[in-house]
Amino acid sequence: MADTAPANATATPTDTPEQAKFRAHCQQWLATNHPGQPTVKLPQGALELSDPAALAWLQAWQKSAYDAGLIGCDYSKETGGGGLTNCQAIANHEMLRAKTPYLPNIIGLGMAAPTVYFHAQDEVKQALLPKLLSGEEIWCQGFSEPGAGSDLANQQTFAEKKGDSWVINGHKVWTSLAHFASWMILLCRTDKNDKYNGLSYFVVPIKAALGKGVTVRPLIKLTGETGFNEVIFEDLIIEDKYRLDEVGAGWKVAMTTLAHERGAGMLTTPSAGGLVTEEEKGTAVNSAAALIQLAKDSYRDGKTSADDPVIRDAIMQMIIRQEGFRQNQRRIGAKALNDHPMRLPLQFKLVATEIGQDIAQLAYEIEGIGSSLNVTDANAPGGGQWPLAYMNSFGITIAAGANEVQRNILGERVLNMPKSK
Amino acid sequence: MAQATNFGFGEDEAMLRDSAIKFFDDNCSPDKLHGLVAADSDVNRSNECHWQQSLWQQIGELGWTAACIPEAAGGMGMPLVAAVALAEEAGKAAFPSPLISTFNASFVLTAAATDNANKTLAEIATGRAASLAITNEKGSWEGSDTDVEFIDGKLSGTAYFVQDARKSEILVVAAKSAAGVGLYVVNADSTGITIEADSIIDLTRDQAHITFDKVSATEVAAAGDGDSAINQAMPSILCITAADMVGTGEWLLQTTVDYASTRIQFDRPLAFFQAVKHPLVNVMLAIDAAKSLTYNAACAISQEPENGEKLARMAKSAASDMAVFSSSRAIQFHGGIGFTWECFVHLFFKRQMHNQVLYGDAKYQRAKLADLLMGKAA
Ligand SMILES: Cc1cc2nc3c(=O)[nH]c(=O)nc-3n(C[C@H](O)[C@H](O)[C@H](O)COP(=O)(O)OP(=O)(O)OC[C@H]3O[C@@H](n4cnc5c(N)ncnc54)[C@H](O)[C@@H]3O)c2cc1C
Repeated sequence: MADTAPANATATPTDTPEQAKFRAHCQQWLATNHPGQPTVKLPQGALELSDPAALAWLQAWQKSAYDAGLIGCDYSKETGGGGLTNCQAIANHEMLRAKTPYLPNIIGLGMAAPTVYFHAQDEVKQALLPKLLSGEEIWCQGFSEPGAGSDLANQQTFAEKKGDSWVINGHKVWTSLAHFASWMILLCRTDKNDKYNGLSYFVVPIKAALGKGVTVRPLIKLTGETGFNEVIFEDLIIEDKYRLDEVGAGWKVAMTTLAHERGAGMLTTPSAGGLVTEEEKGTAVNSAAALIQLAKDSYRDGKTSADDPVIRDAIMQMIIRQEGFRQNQRRIGAKALNDHPMRLPLQFKLVATEIGQDIAQLAYEIEGIGSSLNVTDANAPGGGQWPLAYMNSFGITIAAGANEVQRNILGERVLNMPKSK
Repeated sequence: MAQATNFGFGEDEAMLRDSAIKFFDDNCSPDKLHGLVAADSDVNRSNECHWQQSLWQQIGELGWTAACIPEAAGGMGMPLVAAVALAEEAGKAAFPSPLISTFNASFVLTAAATDNANKTLAEIATGRAASLAITNEKGSWEGSDTDVEFIDGKLSGTAYFVQDARKSEILVVAAKSAAGVGLYVVNADSTGITIEADSIIDLTRDQAHITFDKVSATEVAAAGDGDSAINQAMPSILCITAADMVGTGEWLLQTTVDYASTRIQFDRPLAFFQAVKHPLVNVMLAIDAAKSLTYNAACAISQEPENGEKLARMAKSAASDMAVFSSSRAIQFHGGIGFTWECFVHLFFKRQMHNQVLYGDAKYQRAKLADLLMGKAA
């Protein structure tokens, strides 16, 4: 294995032999197959993708990484995966180090894939997972409704059994990437008399049904970007084989989705790029270390912001919080240093999104009046990326279970405090 | 990623910690602690030092003081995470003992790395308690700042803020002479030494200023080498102090969660209300970040020492802020009972407040860290 690795390959002492071999493979492949600078303008994250050309460029990248075995490596071979054990984290780490672009099929990889993998019939998962993992088919998540946000079980979208099929009617909102999606994971109601046990879970071929029972309408974000939609179902008919698990087991299946969405699932979500990739350049949004360069380039009261003790302290606070978050992720792997197995995993989403928000907010301040300039203004410092990142940061402190709800979950499931409802 | 995923916390370290958990369970309930250190609530109470020497003897036999002393100096040569785990458990019990001061003295002696330093380390490894007398009247944490002088082979002057001074048999003293700061070891009961107890708020430890009047001492770091030994040991000292706060914070969290989950007001347990529940979750987040940062720093000190100071300052900063937060929320959410002497919470609250300023508070650590990461301010 050592002879296949490039000269600068770094093994990690705790890798299993399978992981070490796979890590060397990732490093070697990435050394020559990085897609390079994008030829199209990409938004900061996949949730704001709206330009088909940007999507196509990212899909080509996801496909090549998939073909090289870097995506879906922990999934079984029958479902289009690599049949390896605990190797996705290695691929993610190597893609992060190689500063690759992010993956476009973010909802598919993070939420749909594990749910389908653990709950769909063999025939369905073998048919659907390969194109999900490769990114050829984009997926979306139809959970939220106008009346069912934090109270997710309050689903009103209804699936009625007619012969061997289901007829679906209802209204989903905030559905990210639905405008590109071939498939949706759908949580809906099959029994109006039982809030939790009256839910069922389906995968729905929405693109094939556009104009035939499915309508997708874009919603505009506060930044002016789009990326999420409302989706209307009017007498859409789907086959029973697309039901995951039993009728009435939708809530249980949804828990698999949510666990993975919050970074606390059984399978590691394939990911590339994103947080901290451009740290050294000092331009990356989301990186506390980048604030140092920003402060050196910004001025207040006749001196650089890097000379201001208050700003210095604020930057150090963010660097310490971000390092604490990273070390928490490392500590998850040190079993002897975890008293409760879910205590750290369930913090992931909450802590990551709040750190990102606070870093961007501090950058906003450090930039001073320059941060008043929008991304469209040629004079905006750093292309206006920090203010945009700050605005978009609310998307993720709200989505995937708003952070107040995350605090309820941590308080109730980890600290065993009484339920707040 | 040169560091081990498990922070170097292996089976031996886990076994050592398990022995500590059992030791504190058996010997140090909060109830006993309160009886020991808080029997007298009189504001003008005498300034006595309350601790159980017999437990300290057991600790010596369990080998805790030897754990992180190098094998060459008669210790077990375990990585710093072992001492961190012990300090964390000691913090959870708010244990009155010279454990922390002895660890800290041994770090400075290990950094000094002379034959004489090794001889003292060998004594500490057998369970003798030690403390650092290195701080001046202004409470400076710089290795070069001491008010004690070393003249004609004798120590004179006063060292301030000496931790657990009255429990320690050995003192490691920083003293300056024309050639710079050196380190000297003396027995605490030597002639010419006067230990004057400070009247301190924290009931779970003691602190003193110690005056030396022409006291003969053994040199363990030559004049000019003393401050660098202190500076080299400082990251380890910060880690141990942070670990104590992490443990104390966890006790405060669990105790307050239990109280808020059982005390009924408005027909519901207090923790039903998110104004109580969410801050307690935030305390947990703060503890976990501080804990991970502390193990990270300790691991780095053993495995990539060039990053030790940076990471230890991060850990101490996070732990100090957490110490204030965890203890303030604990008092607040216990309500009126939390404001009384009879409630155990104040013992842990006061220990946190002592630790958060000891060796520099969070803002001090961040100012130092900023100098390391950003260069000095213009
Ligand atoms: C960028 C973005 C992308 C999204 N993508 C998708 C998607 O692809 N698919 C999908 O199904 N959904 C998606 N969502 C929807 C998201 O899951 C919901 O917005 C979220 O669950 C919150 O629901 P809500 O918007 O109805 O807010 P509400 O539930 O009305 O909450 C409003 C506020 O009240 C607080 N709150 C609510 N309940 C409690 C409580 N019990 N205790 C304390 N505070 C409470 C919340 O924390 C929040 O601050 C997306 C949202 C955003 C912002």
